Amino acid sequence: MKRQFPLIIIFSLGLFMVVQYFVPHEKSEFFYEFIALDWPPIIGAFALMLGVISLTRVSITKIKRKKEAWGYSIVTLIGLFTMSAVGVVGYHYPPLTRAFNWNFNNIMIPISATMFSLLAFFIASAAYRAFRARSVLATILLVAAIIVMMRFFPLGPLTSVVGRASDWILNVPNLAAKRAILIGVGLGIVSTAMKVILGIERSYLGKD
Amino acid sequence: MDGVADVGRTARLRVCIIAATLLSFSALASAQVENPVADTAAVYPAATIAEPPPAPITNLKVKDLPNDHGHAFRLTWTISADDTGGRNNVRQYAVLRTPAWKGPFTEPQGAGPGWRNEQGHWWHLVEGEWDTVGTIPSSTAEYVNRGGKARESSDYFPDYVGFSFKVLTVGARGSISESAIFGPVESSGQWFHAGKTWVVLAVLVYGGLMLTMVRLARGGKELFIRPLAGINAVDEAIGRATEMGRPILYVLGLGSPDEIATIASFTILSRVAKKVAEYQTELIVPCYDSIVMTIAQETVKQAYIDAGRGDDYHEDMVYFVTQNQFAYVAAINGTMLRRQTATNFYLGVFYAESLILAETGSLAGSIQISGTDRITQLPFFVVACDYTLIGEELYAASAYLGREPILLGTLKAQDYTKAVLMVLMGLGVLAGILNIAWLTDLFVLNI
Repeated sequence: MKRQFPLIIIFSLGLFMVVQYFVPHEKSEFFYEFIALDWPPIIGAFALMLGVISLTRVSITKIKRKKEAWGYSIVTLIGLFTMSAVGVVGYHYPPLTRAFNWNFNNIMIPISATMFSLLAFFIASAAYRAFRARSVLATILLVAAIIVMMRFFPLGPLTSVVGRASDWILNVPNLAAKRAILIGVGLGIVSTAMKVILGIERSYLGKD
Repeated sequence: MDGVADVGRTARLRVCIIAATLLSFSALASAQVENPVADTAAVYPAATIAEPPPAPITNLKVKDLPNDHGHAFRLTWTISADDTGGRNNVRQYAVLRTPAWKGPFTEPQGAGPGWRNEQGHWWHLVEGEWDTVGTIPSSTAEYVNRGGKARESSDYFPDYVGFSFKVLTVGARGSISESAIFGPVESSGQWFHAGKTWVVLAVLVYGGLMLTMVRLARGGKELFIRPLAGINAVDEAIGRATEMGRPILYVLGLGSPDEIATIASFTILSRVAKKVAEYQTELIVPCYDSIVMTIAQETVKQAYIDAGRGDDYHEDMVYFVTQNQFAYVAAINGTMLRRQTATNFYLGVFYAESLILAETGSLAGSIQISGTDRITQLPFFVVACDYTLIGEELYAASAYLGREPILLGTLKAQDYTKAVLMVLMGLGVLAGILNIAWLTDLFVLNI
């Protein structure tokens, strides 16, 4: 029963969601909103607590056992509980909201922006590796990339020719490949959903 | 002198006439600007406009909007004879609606026969109170009047209550003419979306094909499937980590558990965790979503139990990090560089962090296997990882890893469906080239 009960829930709710897609009636919408829109935030709120407990336990274990880089765990715990406390207390005591906003705007946002800005350098290094013309396919990729990049350069009389070539690359071979992948993804999604709903795929339950 | 005085009077009179004319024109113009769209029929004072009204629309028909949840009507008509023809002086059309009954009220607001009780609510007969529900530019012959379904919404109107409609044709200078009244008609919701009939058929055919292939596979039929380099490398990657004595990192991505790519990633995690348990290697699974973490913990725990190594599992293997995208990336990058992970799996939903993760892993010298259904992130993974599962390969990976005939049967069904789709697409192209309209229109979806 321990294994069957989750399968029964998955089958019945999965089947309902499939049928619901074809039923536009208000009553069907009501159940969809109840199951798909109302429940996840409730489950998410409880699961978030589990997440916080997990992060706290892992961090405390690291500090206790003085594992590698355990100092970062102290920073993690200070950040987690300080921001939570300032946020919750600030809700009832507005002056603290300024402290919360200050922390968010002056610590959180710059750090996130720093991480994001790394992407530019990683794109350059990845492009260097990808565009080395070591084979015919890599050379085609290199030529295509140069043409697409050149559309942003002012090239005088060549601008419109390069623009048209770039559009052709993006709208014909590139779009065809993207659509082929999308069709495959669509079929894969239906297939995976059916396997899960029918209980054919149950490895995520820990059972082959 | 008199003559000069006469000339002066005449000149003043002319100035007055010109000023009066200008004022009249400006008043007329401002009147038109202030009332470009009327709320009710009363706002179109035909008597003040020196313009013959345009011919009214004809053939007004109102039907319940099909394939919806109700609370909507579709109006169609034949445009005015003076619209794009005749005097060509139609500015716009205004759709007016009157309920046969208005409500719902909790109790009757007065005595009399104009009240009725319907499903515990009171309704009042108010036929004759017209509301403008929409204005449409000239040359348009269709309008959909959609209302809210919530009683508290301002545009709410109930299903199964009669409404009558008429359309005003508004002339260039504000004159109007009214159509005949159509109604009463009632809106209602449908129990089947007829526009999705082809989808139902496709799902049934696909499902039938899948079950047939599963049955054939169960019966012992040998099914060939194309080998995937990324899947074949999983064993090698786990073996490498074991030999090096370094951990394996498994990243489920930024997806929530309701996304199929995340579900597919759980199934692969289960297989990977089982092999990791057999090889007694360390597994690290940092999670972005706390619900994903809970499911991943159960999946890994069960995989360890199935491998007979339940004691080796501890909850710190699968842990929650944060729900901030770049903080999550920073944490994983730190783990990769500090722990020098031998193998990194990136399987699931990824966004801008894909390249940052994969490039950091590449710098750390890890073997990397990635897979996602996000087309925009695939090039980054292809460039920076050793093996990439592209789109549907992510969903197929679990079947490949398990090599179970039932799961392989579903892959075979997928391949046959793709073959059918290719034939249909070829037919569609041919029909387009040869201009066979009925064939190109055959599979049109009205969703």
